Amino acid sequence: MNFKGVDYYDIDDLLSDDEKLVRDSVREFLEKEVKPLIVDAFQNEKPLNMKELAPKMGELGMIGGPVPEEYGGPETSYMEFGLICHELERVDGALRSFAAVQSALFMYPIWKFGSEEQKHKWLPHIAKGKKIGCFGLTEPNHGSDVAGMDTVAKKDRDEWVIDGSKEWISEASVADVALVFARADEGVRGFFVERGTEGFTQAFQGKKGSMRCGDVGELAFSNCRVPSENILPKTTGSGLRGVFMTLNQARHGISWGAIGAAEDCYETALNYAKKREQFGSPIASYQLVQAKLVKMLTEITKGQLLSYRLSRLMDEKKERHQQISMAKMNNVSVARYCARTAREILGANGVSYDYSPMRHMGNIEAVYTYQGTSDIHTLILGQDITGISAFTREFKTKER
Amino acid sequence: MDVIVCVKKVPDTAEADVSVGAGGREINKERLTFAINEWDNYAVEEAIRLKEEDEGTVTVVTVGGKDKEDILRRSLAMGADKAIRLDMEDPEDSFVLANVLYTLIKDQKFDLVLFGAQSGDFNSGVTGVMVARMLGISHAAMVNGIEVLDGRTKTSRELEGGLNEIYEIKLPALFTIQTGINEPRYVSISGIRKARKKELKVMTPADVGVTEVKPMLSLEKMYLPPPGKIAEIIGGSPEEAAAKLASLLKEKGAF
Ligand SMILES: Cc1cc2nc3c(=O)[nH]c(=O)nc-3n(C[C@H](O)[C@H](O)[C@H](O)COP(=O)(O)OP(=O)(O)OC[C@H]3O[C@@H](n4cnc5c(N)ncnc54)[C@H](O)[C@@H]3O)c2cc1C
Ligand SMILES: Cc1cc2nc3c(=O)[nH]c(=O)nc-3n(C[C@H](O)[C@H](O)[C@H](O)COP(=O)(O)OP(=O)(O)OC[C@H]3O[C@@H](n4cnc5c(N)ncnc54)[C@H](O)[C@@H]3O)c2cc1C
Repeated sequence: MNFKGVDYYDIDDLLSDDEKLVRDSVREFLEKEVKPLIVDAFQNEKPLNMKELAPKMGELGMIGGPVPEEYGGPETSYMEFGLICHELERVDGALRSFAAVQSALFMYPIWKFGSEEQKHKWLPHIAKGKKIGCFGLTEPNHGSDVAGMDTVAKKDRDEWVIDGSKEWISEASVADVALVFARADEGVRGFFVERGTEGFTQAFQGKKGSMRCGDVGELAFSNCRVPSENILPKTTGSGLRGVFMTLNQARHGISWGAIGAAEDCYETALNYAKKREQFGSPIASYQLVQAKLVKMLTEITKGQLLSYRLSRLMDEKKERHQQISMAKMNNVSVARYCARTAREILGANGVSYDYSPMRHMGNIEAVYTYQGTSDIHTLILGQDITGISAFTREFKTKER
Repeated sequence: MDVIVCVKKVPDTAEADVSVGAGGREINKERLTFAINEWDNYAVEEAIRLKEEDEGTVTVVTVGGKDKEDILRRSLAMGADKAIRLDMEDPEDSFVLANVLYTLIKDQKFDLVLFGAQSGDFNSGVTGVMVARMLGISHAAMVNGIEVLDGRTKTSRELEGGLNEIYEIKLPALFTIQTGINEPRYVSISGIRKARKKELKVMTPADVGVTEVKPMLSLEKMYLPPPGKIAEIIGGSPEEAAAKLASLLKEKGAF
């Protein structure tokens, strides 16, 4: 009841005191230190300075999620990490993206599959925000279908030689190190490539209508040589299994983040509707507006319950990855709906960056696409319930 | 240095729409959110800094039900060492509350007691000073700087118009803390983990030996200020407008 936020079903009562304190502390920090920087960064597509912000986030324990303290991680529960993601994306999706990339896409695979040297080399620095990592999977010709990637790695005595390119990579231009996936003779493998390595270039991608507060860019590898110890172990075989486990970590955080963005849109619209008068009364007094507000709140509440349950399942190690898919898919669609509807309620002000819905609306489009589009999650769920994969089909040339 | 900090959970009224309840003696609290009183948060931070500079302990104290424990846990996560919650309804009368806190504090070991200079709800600004008088120790209000010397402190307090006053005050003492004395730290997850192992003691009025005292004030009526009259827009050329404004100000006795 004392929580300043959207909690129609008293989900707060299901959280422990510590979980609430984590959430409230993160919120306080973001409101005071980060929120004031957001609109300018978004408007000018001038990403937040993560070299400056990340150490503060790291100090407070916002990077690393469940990675254990022995590697410098904050060792949060999934519930706590979900709440952190919720607060981050409530402010801006690019912040949650950053935390997700560092914690779920970069640190998690090292923690789960990395060598002891790799763990000690990277985890404590990333957790403290002193180094930034990125995760290079997507390529110009391979997005949803990562298994077909073109980037190759060839063994040359005690080195690996990487050739290819990656695009749409979060934190690409600021990263101190990239975890890059490439096709080797034995299957897809992950490699650490550090900033400044010969043959490795990092570039910023502009002209985006989404995630304008964050860094997104391209990685290019041209005869790029890394020592053999830079290979991520245990993801051998045709194995993209490790990659998918990693993606599921991030998807859990997204399910919470999307609801955070949706809540911010809903609250903005509710406050606006109560104050804005047209035709002699507050627009909140009109049934059409109330219907929109009620629908937003109902969708948000359902989304909160999905994420809440998902986190608890993950903390009990009982989740199935299809459940993660459902939460990601559903909650992103809730956020898309709420951003658009809140924008409607704000009239012309809804298209201004003086209010958050238009910005969230832009951000959530990227969230819809990355970490598996809703189409892909639908196929994952479809396969789960029917037992039939609908991912590929025989394509006959005469169909063109 | 052992420091006791008294903290209170107050409604956040800065951004909320405040309305007065049906009885006319209370604001409606259902839709308000509550947090640690802003001034108290500075006091907690100051106490932790004093401890970190020297050594000793920081104990945070509040009076109220279980729902008030979150501000204690928050203070423990910032770095306080132990917490006491006196399990009784917050009397909301400064004199009665001062008496309760005095009864509790007098049996604790302390060099310094800190309060917020005021609370965000009633803004009375007297509880701390009353407790000091009951304890019979030196006090200073609106403190914006503390330097610990040997058995004494150099304490600065804020006066009107940006002036400061500096006193040397013998310990034990009680200060009420002004915002801006420091920059309170954010609560970190590692702080929250450490706080789990710290003591949060719940005491009853009987444990402490609280005796009943009568409030010295009674609240008659609470109301929102009536809306002001519509502002007057002074028209005309700049010269005319300036002349009109000057005569208006003169009329109202502004010069
Ligand atoms: C802001 C941003 C940040 C990103 N950050 C990263 C990052 O850090 N690291 C990284 O590796 N990648 C990142 N990505 C890339 C992201 O993961 C991909 O965009 C995503 O996987 C989709 O791939 P694609 O864009 O190539 O789309 P495609 O795979 O080409 O999909 C195009 C459309 O086809 C649909 N589709 C595809 N296959 C099927 C099918 N079998 N059946 C039905 N429909 C299908 C999709 O749903 C989609 O609507 C980021 C993207 C964005 C926008
Ligand atoms: C890019 C842009 C260009 C523009 N150019 C011009 C221009 O050239 N000239 C000009 O005059 N104006 C212009 N406008 C303003 C535009 O016409 C107004 O924004 C529009 O009329 C809506 O008014 P409003 O923004 O004040 O929203 P409001 O009228 O405040 O509406 C807010 C919300 O309340 C809803 N609502 C209002 N009344 C009711 C009701 N009785 N029942 C149910 N729901 C209700 C609305 O549908 C909306 O969702 C422009 C706007 C934009 C965004």
